[in-house]
Amino acid sequence: MPHRTFFWFILPTALAMILFIGLPIVSSFFQSLHIENEQVLMEVENCDPFGCTTNVRVDVEATEKIEAENPLGRFNGFGTYTDRNHLAFDEIIEAWDNKSSIGEFKDIVLNLPFYKALLFTLTFCFAVTPPVIVLGFIVALSVNTLAKSLKGLIVFGTILPMIVTPLIGSLVLFWMIDSQGIIGASIQILFDDPNLSLKASSNLTWITLIIYGIWHNTPFAFVVFYAALQTVPQDPLEAAYIDGATRFERVRFIVIPHLYPVATFIMLICLMDNFRVFEPIIGFSAEGVAQSLSWMIYQDLRNENKMLFGSAGATSMLTILGIAFLLTPVLIRTWKEFKTER
Amino acid sequence: MNQTINKYSKQIIIVNSIFILFWLTISIFPFIWTLWGSFKVKADFFSRADWTYALSGFNTLIETGATTTFKAYLESWTEGEFGRATMNTMIVTVSVVSISLFLGTLGAYALSRSTFKYTFYILIIALIFRAMPHITLVSGYLFPFFQLNIWGILPTTIIVLVAINQPFTLWLLYSFFKTVPKELDESALIDGCSYFQAFRYIIMPVMWPGVVTAGLFSMMLAYNDFTVTALLLNQQNYTMVPKINAYLGTVEYGGNYMWAVSSVVSATAPLFMIIWFFQRQLISGLTAGAVKG
Repeated sequence: MPHRTFFWFILPTALAMILFIGLPIVSSFFQSLHIENEQVLMEVENCDPFGCTTNVRVDVEATEKIEAENPLGRFNGFGTYTDRNHLAFDEIIEAWDNKSSIGEFKDIVLNLPFYKALLFTLTFCFAVTPPVIVLGFIVALSVNTLAKSLKGLIVFGTILPMIVTPLIGSLVLFWMIDSQGIIGASIQILFDDPNLSLKASSNLTWITLIIYGIWHNTPFAFVVFYAALQTVPQDPLEAAYIDGATRFERVRFIVIPHLYPVATFIMLICLMDNFRVFEPIIGFSAEGVAQSLSWMIYQDLRNENKMLFGSAGATSMLTILGIAFLLTPVLIRTWKEFKTER
Repeated sequence: MNQTINKYSKQIIIVNSIFILFWLTISIFPFIWTLWGSFKVKADFFSRADWTYALSGFNTLIETGATTTFKAYLESWTEGEFGRATMNTMIVTVSVVSISLFLGTLGAYALSRSTFKYTFYILIIALIFRAMPHITLVSGYLFPFFQLNIWGILPTTIIVLVAINQPFTLWLLYSFFKTVPKELDESALIDGCSYFQAFRYIIMPVMWPGVVTAGLFSMMLAYNDFTVTALLLNQQNYTMVPKINAYLGTVEYGGNYMWAVSSVVSATAPLFMIIWFFQRQLISGLTAGAVKG
């Protein structure tokens, strides 16, 4: 296809992507270098019959003027990146200098907002992915043994948790697990502890979120494994059968090795998707004990007084860095695939 | 031979059936429970005293005089303006699907037919774009959109969702067009068609299976989106998912919690029906690119 024709065919989609994916990333970066304007303060003297007092007040007019001249705020360089709510270099150095033990240092660092969120995000990613792969594989194996007439219906039932948006999925589970829901109330009766609830401890909340993550992601692993199972070659299976391999051995030594590349694909996609975990935190109203990087950005943009563009931009950039780290293996894989295709 | 190898012993069949039943319960029961509970009052669905109230509708009977009630649905659709949210979702979904298919098919067709090296780089960039968390993009949108005064309205959200959706659509359609034999449009080119004519008259009639799959995914993205719609739309223009979240934010008005429950049912029911019909396309789309490996 000549360059000219190619250009006109690709133009609309390229334009959409550059304008609404490429530029926002640049804009996010630009915002992260700025910080909100300072409020102009002025002293006001209030006099009443008992004497005069001086108060410091915000000069609304002057503040608005600065705001209008410089809506993005003032330039701050990489200051936002290193402040207390992000990488917090000063706080970490201080904690390191004053530490009495490594444990104490760890506690201080993991209580800084950014590291707290990072810890949850990573825990969520790495706790959800392995069970998802194992469960997805088992479900795929067992659905594969069913009679054809049943398969359609059961596949449909199995993929439901994946189809609904995470917010709705987590709400549906939350309403059952909540202390007043069917599962929550039953557990309270079972353990005879009326105070036992999802919100009782941060560990329980984390576990609940991780269970939700597994529930939501397993269908995807199932679907991919299920399709891959259809491509397992029959000849080695038959040969193994003749040689007296049991069913388990056949799965272990023929089916699983055949599915390795598929499993890595699922793992990478799962890690990438879960790195942006955010909606379940809202669905489970777990903001108090579990914050993720994406949630931090959402919170900055939802700030009641003023949207914190700078802070949100900085967190966004750091999140993108994390994604880039996870994305590299996928890119290398795609690269190799392309090279072999040509 | 194949018969013996695939014959399962009785134990396997029993264990397997139990496992499948167990698994189906986990994945379906929450939805059935929510559907059932949406016809009760709050005191029953969130019952501290006894969860069987949710089954018997004990408080529902006291409050409304029957064991099932449509109160939550009626109120959320009238007072809660859920109808308006539904309308917005329909506008957004239909526009996003049609625009992104239009842009996607053109782009993916060109990518699949060009032999130059830059196609590869375009696809890699699309892959990187696809991995961007939506919330990081939103943080980049808000400030310019406020300045341009286009925040809060449906068209902005539609075009943003189209763009966010493009990388995936491109990849899906690209791998689909690769399976359409090149000879088909090459012969048309030799006969004197332009590239656009070849696309319009030769490729379009055979591309529907791929387009349906890509459309299904665009639909799910637009229908399910929370991040973009919650932050880029104003209250009046909310689509269904942010609307449900808004009901939750106002728990103090007692009944609103049941509005959220009934709205969850109203929002998921059509989605499940569509997926029921297009299940095959959904699965083929999810596995594209994965199974080759």
